[in-house]
Amino acid sequence: MTAPVLELEDVKKSYPGEPPVEALRGVSLRIDEGEMVAVVGPSGSGKSTLLHIVGTLDRPTSGRVRITGLDTNHLSDRELAALRAQRIGFVFQQFFLAEHQSVLDNVADGMLYAGARLGDRRARAVQSLARVGLGHRGATRPTTLSGGERQRVAIARALVGRPAIVLADEPTGNLDSANGGAIVDLLEGLHAAGATIVVITHDRDLADRMPRQVEMRDGRIVADTAAQPAEPPGREW
Amino acid sequence: MSKPTVPVAAQLGLGDVCRLASVGLRTRRLRAGLSAVGIAIGIGAMVAVLGLSSSSEAGLLAEIDRLGTNLLTVTNGQTVLGTAAKLPFAAPSMIDRIAPVTTVAEIGSTDANAYRSPLINKIHTNALVVQATSLGLPAAVGTTVARGAFLNPATATEPVTVLGAAAADRLGISRVFPGERIWVGDQWFYVAGILRPAPLAAEIDRSVLVGFPAAERYLGFDRHPTTVYVRAATSRVADVRSVLAATANPEAPNEVSVSRPSDALVARATAKNALTGLFIGLGAVALLVGGVGVANVMVIAVLERRSEIGLRRALGATRGQIRTQFLSEAVLLSLLGGAVGVVLGVGATALYASAKHWSIVVPALAWAGGLTASLAIGALAGALPAVRAARLAPTEALRTA
Ligand SMILES: Nc1ncnc2c1ncn2[C@@H]1O[C@H](COP(=O)(O)OP(=O)(O)OP(=O)(O)O)[C@@H](O)[C@H]1O
Ligand SMILES: [Mg+2]
Repeated sequence: MTAPVLELEDVKKSYPGEPPVEALRGVSLRIDEGEMVAVVGPSGSGKSTLLHIVGTLDRPTSGRVRITGLDTNHLSDRELAALRAQRIGFVFQQFFLAEHQSVLDNVADGMLYAGARLGDRRARAVQSLARVGLGHRGATRPTTLSGGERQRVAIARALVGRPAIVLADEPTGNLDSANGGAIVDLLEGLHAAGATIVVITHDRDLADRMPRQVEMRDGRIVADTAAQPAEPPGREW
Repeated sequence: MSKPTVPVAAQLGLGDVCRLASVGLRTRRLRAGLSAVGIAIGIGAMVAVLGLSSSSEAGLLAEIDRLGTNLLTVTNGQTVLGTAAKLPFAAPSMIDRIAPVTTVAEIGSTDANAYRSPLINKIHTNALVVQATSLGLPAAVGTTVARGAFLNPATATEPVTVLGAAAADRLGISRVFPGERIWVGDQWFYVAGILRPAPLAAEIDRSVLVGFPAAERYLGFDRHPTTVYVRAATSRVADVRSVLAATANPEAPNEVSVSRPSDALVARATAKNALTGLFIGLGAVALLVGGVGVANVMVIAVLERRSEIGLRRALGATRGQIRTQFLSEAVLLSLLGGAVGVVLGVGATALYASAKHWSIVVPALAWAGGLTASLAIGALAGALPAVRAARLAPTEALRTA
């Protein structure tokens, strides 16, 4: 049986305010090693909040989050940072590339806080860039790249430390449908190679291409294709 | 799955810390440069002031060395009754017998006054003194004749005078030509020469000098020397000094005062100038303003670079690592300003000192202190922005406006 990379038990998150915003109202979810999951739902349904909590960028108001078996409630801020550095990769809608450094160094910085030396980081960045099909663009600045290429650089940066899980929040949100499709192709390829990936998307068509879809509404999971009787393919029981 | 191990945050290497500290510098060069200007001016002013005062001090000391620190003066002090004591007639010749003594010359005060002409009101003495002098005076006090000639055995007996530099100036005599004369005592004295300034014996500058025999014959001089100038072998100056009083006046050594003129000049050269303090104060103000400038730039940087902070937290940076990044950026900016300031200050010192032919001296206190001060100011200026950057919640930082 494959091990769970991620387990959520009745996770709730409310933001202070008058009245408080209940962004998550009891979410339970399990994602196994090697899975690729699309999270869909209308705007304001709590997708980003969920991703932040799963990525340990924020703590739940209540409930339990386990990442690679570790209960985040029992980890300090410093340990959570180390967890992100070593086991979680992020991809954001806005790419967040540093324009003053080369594409290669942007990718290498994905491992900056994981404790590897600069030489090793660069060597891994070369491999990671090749994997997203930009092996020849390492020396250029991100400003010279197209949107689709920039997002591929960001994906290479998320992958460079070989994280246990990659979390992508609207990775295609700033791209046209052709480029967005190419990004999903890339993510599928990575998934096929064994990566565990969670993708948040508005785009139903893109979500439909993924093996498992989780649908959210008003801070709750209202549908999860993995929960249906038909087992997803490739899973030995 | 194996038992889960709690991850441990890795330490960044020094190279990475430096690289992160320079991000702001590389991305916003103009702003970084401008923010460091205040620090550069402050440190530059302080280094230049300290360098200039040290260099001028070194220059003066070198000048004093050139004049010779082996000059001693023996003057008549006071008697126990409080009246002016008199040196014995034989004092110069007895001093000359001390073995390490190389040169002896003496002067003796007369009661006469000197005027440009007999028509001048007698109260306008110009604070000049008329002194009898022995012939070796210029060599002993370390001066030379600027114009004309010094007294010789023949002119020393005649109504002939040589003027000290200031005396010539006050009498309005700048050159010596045949027939040039001044009114001394009750008669004309011909001017034979003018001396250059004698920094070790400023009283000579104010003197109208005549020969001993002439002073005795024309001015009623009592022939008692009042000051004896003594040059001794440099290594034996202290020894000579200790026996001078007893040698000059064996009967009343306590009525003799002995001094070393170079000591007073050294004291004056090394005395701290009040202006130095003022400029250091101005430099400190510039430094303070510079520090505020750096703090301001860092506050803006933290506001502008929220998404960078968010990304770094997502990539696994701890709060401490974010704090270190911004703190070291402020320190780097400030240190850069400080380094530029030190270079400017040393450059200004070098320029001025070489124009004055002084040796260039920048005390370690100035440049090391300047760099240390800029480091401290950077740390102070960066502290608050760095703490703010570290406190920013990752989700907050990632939210794009
Ligand atoms: N920091 C916050 N403070 C207060 N309320 C917040 C905060 N972040 C999110 N919310 C609220 O929580 C709810 C869920 O927000 P979230 O960003 O998770 O939605 P989302 O599904 O990602 O939406 P979208 O598709 O528009 O990105 C929203 O109502 C939002 O207004
Ligand atoms: Mg969202």
